Amino acid sequence: MTTELALSARGVHMEYRDRSQASLVAIDNVDLDVKDGEFVSLLGPSGCGKSTFLKIVNGLLKATAGEIKLRSVKAGREDAMVFQDSALFPWYSVLDNVAYGLVCAGVSRKEARKRAEPMIDLVGLQGFGGKYPYQLSGGMQQRANLARALTVDAAILLMDEPFAALDAQTREVMQSELLRIWNAAKKTVVFVTHQIDEAVYLSDRVIVMAARPGRILADITIDLPRPRQLDVKRTPEFATYEADIWALIASQQQQRVPAPVQAVRPVVV
Amino acid sequence: MSERAATYRTIHARVRHRRSPLSRWYRRNERTVLGIAGVVSFFLFWQVGAMTGVIDPFFFSSPVDVVKAGAEEVVLPRFWNDVKVSAIELTLGTVAAFVLAVPLGIAIGWWRRVSYTFDPWLNFFNALPRIALIPLVVLWVGLGIEMKTVIVFLGGFFSIIVPTVQGVRTVDRALLDVARSFKASTVRTFTSLVIPATVPFIITGVRIAIGRVLIGVILAELYAQTDGLGVMIDKAADALRSDRLLFGVLLFTLAGIVSTEAVGYLERYFQRWRPSYEVEEGL
Repeated sequence: MTTELALSARGVHMEYRDRSQASLVAIDNVDLDVKDGEFVSLLGPSGCGKSTFLKIVNGLLKATAGEIKLRSVKAGREDAMVFQDSALFPWYSVLDNVAYGLVCAGVSRKEARKRAEPMIDLVGLQGFGGKYPYQLSGGMQQRANLARALTVDAAILLMDEPFAALDAQTREVMQSELLRIWNAAKKTVVFVTHQIDEAVYLSDRVIVMAARPGRILADITIDLPRPRQLDVKRTPEFATYEADIWALIASQQQQRVPAPVQAVRPVVV
Repeated sequence: MSERAATYRTIHARVRHRRSPLSRWYRRNERTVLGIAGVVSFFLFWQVGAMTGVIDPFFFSSPVDVVKAGAEEVVLPRFWNDVKVSAIELTLGTVAAFVLAVPLGIAIGWWRRVSYTFDPWLNFFNALPRIALIPLVVLWVGLGIEMKTVIVFLGGFFSIIVPTVQGVRTVDRALLDVARSFKASTVRTFTSLVIPATVPFIITGVRIAIGRVLIGVILAELYAQTDGLGVMIDKAADALRSDRLLFGVLLFTLAGIVSTEAVGYLERYFQRWRPSYEVEEGL
């Protein structure tokens, strides 16, 4: 049933106190529903609480208020995280890194490796299972990071700016690879990014967030046909989505700047 | 219009000379060749100096005399007893130090409350000049192997535990998040993350410990005057035998070199997932 909710967040609130007891609201009252099989991006500047929200869903952080419901699954995990800086264990081979989640869940190392193999193939790392992470390029490390999350067969993939550290060309390749894998693995994805084009290209819905306090500005449905090739980024519809979202973010920026700054023209000599 | 030709400076590629086979061999083995040359010329200078009188053999002996003194020693049962005693003290004390310091160091580094409890004591004993405890330890257990083993242990234990604690505290937070995210048990977190990440620190501790335990065993033996190579060195000095004395010193030095090499080997084994070693060998 595609109408079922995979994730439902109500009134999620996250507040930090520093040493002087001044409070900082990282996330202010966020409501979010994600449907089963949907690809949703959380888009916003740094400090808007998008990564914090993901960590709360994953259980790495506890919210100060509110609740999140994840649809229960019969076997395996509800959710699995794809980390920002690949975060592979440098002393484990790629295969053992990908099998790590299963080993943690009590599966024997042998069985875990067997079930990790197809995921290594799926992300395009055939033949690299025996390598150490340092022998892989940044893009390949992120493929392994993704395979590690896929191996535990969780219903929801939580992806925390996984392509932020990659160069522009590798990032584009990884974006289209992610869509291919998403299509093959049939997962729900919550994807955090600060790149507008990345969010529009990948998502069914883009949740635009603002900082201080972190909150949702808009919930935009991306009505571009699937499967999407990279050249969809060159279409006028794509450009319109980008421009609209950019305008939304820019309007927020202006509110916070007291006096509007004149655009500086480069001096032509 | 006057035509002025532009001038250019040419930057050439490296000129490749054809080298003779001998020169190529030398360039490949330069490190070994120069290393051996340095050591050999030192001994040569020492020997020739002693023979010509530039160096006073009464104080400094000579390489040949040291070897001769060694040959005299190795046939004596007393010598082998001294070696055995020193070896037992060193091995027992160091192994006990390692076996206790590593788990305790990991516990202190990992659990905040354990750390709060042990930190003052760790700082206290680390600051304490532990050699000053020799007379006290003699009161407890006498002048035998036990006392010297305790002194060796004290030297090794604190050298290993301090970096171990440091290693656990500096475990990468991003990797800790991975372990927590996949709900790793505490045991799994230790075996998959904390211990592998701390190995380089433990090895650093063992390196420092090698120096400390050697100092510990020599001082304890000099103090106790029962048996061991330290006593042999002291007796050689009493007998004005600088050749025998230097032979004893050489044995301790060899023990230090061999164990340092062994640790280096272990380090390369445990760190084979690190890129630097391959690069080093490639150079």
